Amino acid sequence: MSKINQIEGKAVPVEGNDIDTDRIIPARYLKEITFTNMGKYPFYDERFDAEGKPKGHPFDLPQFAGSHILFVNQNFGCGSSREHAPQSLMRWGIRAIVGESFAEIFAGNCTMLGIPTVTVGRADMEKLQALAKQKPETQFLLDLDKKALYSEGKEHLKFEIHESKRNALVNGTWDSTGLLLANAGKTADVAKKLPYVAGF
Amino acid sequence: MAKGTLYNKVWDAHVVDKLPTGQYQLFIGLHLIHEVTSPQAFDMIKEKGLKVAYPQRTFATVDHIVPTQSQARPFQDNEAEQMMGAIEKNVREFGVSFFDFKSGNQGIVHIIGPENGLTQPGMTIACGDSHTSTHGAFGTLAFGIGTTQVRDVLATQCLAMDALKVRRVNVNGRLKPGVTAKDVTLYIIQKLGVKGGIGYAYEYGGSVFDNFTMEERMTVCNMAIEGGARVGYVNPDQTTFDYLKGRKFSPAADKWDKVVAYWKSFASDKDAVFDDVVDFNGGDIEPIVTWGITPDQSVGVNDKLPEVSKFSADEVKTVELAYKHMDLKPGAPIKGTPINVAFIGSCTNGRLSDLREAAKVAKGRKVSKTVRAFVVPGSQQVKAAAEKEGLDKIFTEAGFEWREAGCSMCLAMNPDKLKGRELSASSSNRNFIGRQGSKDGRTILMSPAMVAAAAIEGKIADVREVLK
Ligand code: SF4
Repeated sequence: MSKINQIEGKAVPVEGNDIDTDRIIPARYLKEITFTNMGKYPFYDERFDAEGKPKGHPFDLPQFAGSHILFVNQNFGCGSSREHAPQSLMRWGIRAIVGESFAEIFAGNCTMLGIPTVTVGRADMEKLQALAKQKPETQFLLDLDKKALYSEGKEHLKFEIHESKRNALVNGTWDSTGLLLANAGKTADVAKKLPYVAGF
Repeated sequence: MAKGTLYNKVWDAHVVDKLPTGQYQLFIGLHLIHEVTSPQAFDMIKEKGLKVAYPQRTFATVDHIVPTQSQARPFQDNEAEQMMGAIEKNVREFGVSFFDFKSGNQGIVHIIGPENGLTQPGMTIACGDSHTSTHGAFGTLAFGIGTTQVRDVLATQCLAMDALKVRRVNVNGRLKPGVTAKDVTLYIIQKLGVKGGIGYAYEYGGSVFDNFTMEERMTVCNMAIEGGARVGYVNPDQTTFDYLKGRKFSPAADKWDKVVAYWKSFASDKDAVFDDVVDFNGGDIEPIVTWGITPDQSVGVNDKLPEVSKFSADEVKTVELAYKHMDLKPGAPIKGTPINVAFIGSCTNGRLSDLREAAKVAKGRKVSKTVRAFVVPGSQQVKAAAEKEGLDKIFTEAGFEWREAGCSMCLAMNPDKLKGRELSASSSNRNFIGRQGSKDGRTILMSPAMVAAAAIEGKIADVREVLK
């Protein structure tokens, strides 16, 4: 599996606290039994009116087309555990998310798809969102080894990321099945010691 | 670091290894799956040529997409029928037990686990659904997970996890008459906020929880996630053991004492150390209703809606959006707000005791002509038990529709949906924009008895006044 050390690209700001996964992807799109089409749906009801015409959400503004980095505020991804939410962002083109804070299940789901969720303080996020709005052509570089975000080659600021998530990404072990499978023997040992599995 | 808590003990009993990433590999004792978040996970293990590692530890049901007017197949909705076909094929192919319509055990995944005795103290439980925290009511560590993690549990019976901190949430004293477990959980979320629990497991305790039934404990643990806590639990006690005795998958009677001793051993020690402790007084809690778009935006039913200036700079944007979306005014009373739809059901409040409380209000009264009201039992077992007591008749005579088991309008992935700007009084758990099937629809969360009261009055009402 690939190691993820750096992510480069333009950034798209989506403002607001407590943006839940129902807003990221409305439940009606969860009826598809594959993730294949999810890239069409992120923020759907905030992007399109009843006739399907764009309402001017950042995801539809030409200046943000092709962005790989998403700038968000507090408690992003709260609510439902639906992986359709990060899947839809990823399939739209998002490779990394910088925010003030993330809901736990959402951040875990992102890591398992190889999407870093890194945090910065409120003042820094305001600056980042303002920069992305004023100069949308700005190229950002998110460096997981240095835990720093660069804009146009200059170090812009330091960010935080949960150490185990960072390790998984930079060592290429973010897709955990392989790691877990390698311990099949030890898993069986634990199962044998649990009376509710092995019998009381 | 917490020490001597149930969290620590269950965790330690299930750790397989420390992984090179710094995460822990945790054995999952019970894996519950449903139709929406499992098909992609099965596809992933098929692609890798893997099998389900412990099929006997996995149980499946269908709840999210099932129509509640009739469970007859094929479903009218093609996509729902396809999804149903996928889970039927996957459970057959991989040898997983399936509570389908014919079993008499179908229902919302967080209701069928406990009622069949699958959920037992000291277990680790995972399910591709955030309200898995419900099972914590039995003294388990129960995690809501994403689909890629469902794949991991299918393939390995394990998850790669980071340890959480543990916060003890005490509610002492006595609840006032008319105040329910739903009000307690909404109160805790109101006080600690929707982000307050991030990074924590919540251990709920104190006299209010000691006196709660298992169904009441489940209602509180169910909404731990709404406060940001991925895990919520109550220590197992006699109430827990009595509930489990004689259920379908409960341990046999001849081993009961041994099993109970094992279960008891997981309860937090008297001198357990927590990362944080908060105390509330049960007597301060009123029947609560939400007014906004996050579950912490709530007030007592007799209170006025808060002024925007009361909120911190951080919260103002969400508060303004909430007032705009809900079309409510700061300073106005919430009581008397007209409703269009009344929904009683969901994994928060779709159990027998919830239906009984709502039926007490419905009995001998009539649903307002301006309200579409329906009751959706959480499982086929709940439905059968309620019908045996005649609750269905009480509801239908009052003008409620009586439906088949499922998630229904909690998230509206089936035909039960709000239309346009409709406002619903709902016993479910999320008032997010668009949650109940219309992107402009509005949701006010409350207890099932309060929903019944609102249905009858046609507007938000104090159930205590309706019952007078
Ligand atoms: S009832 Fe609602 S919250 Fe519970 S599992 Fe179903 S959709 Fe999720």
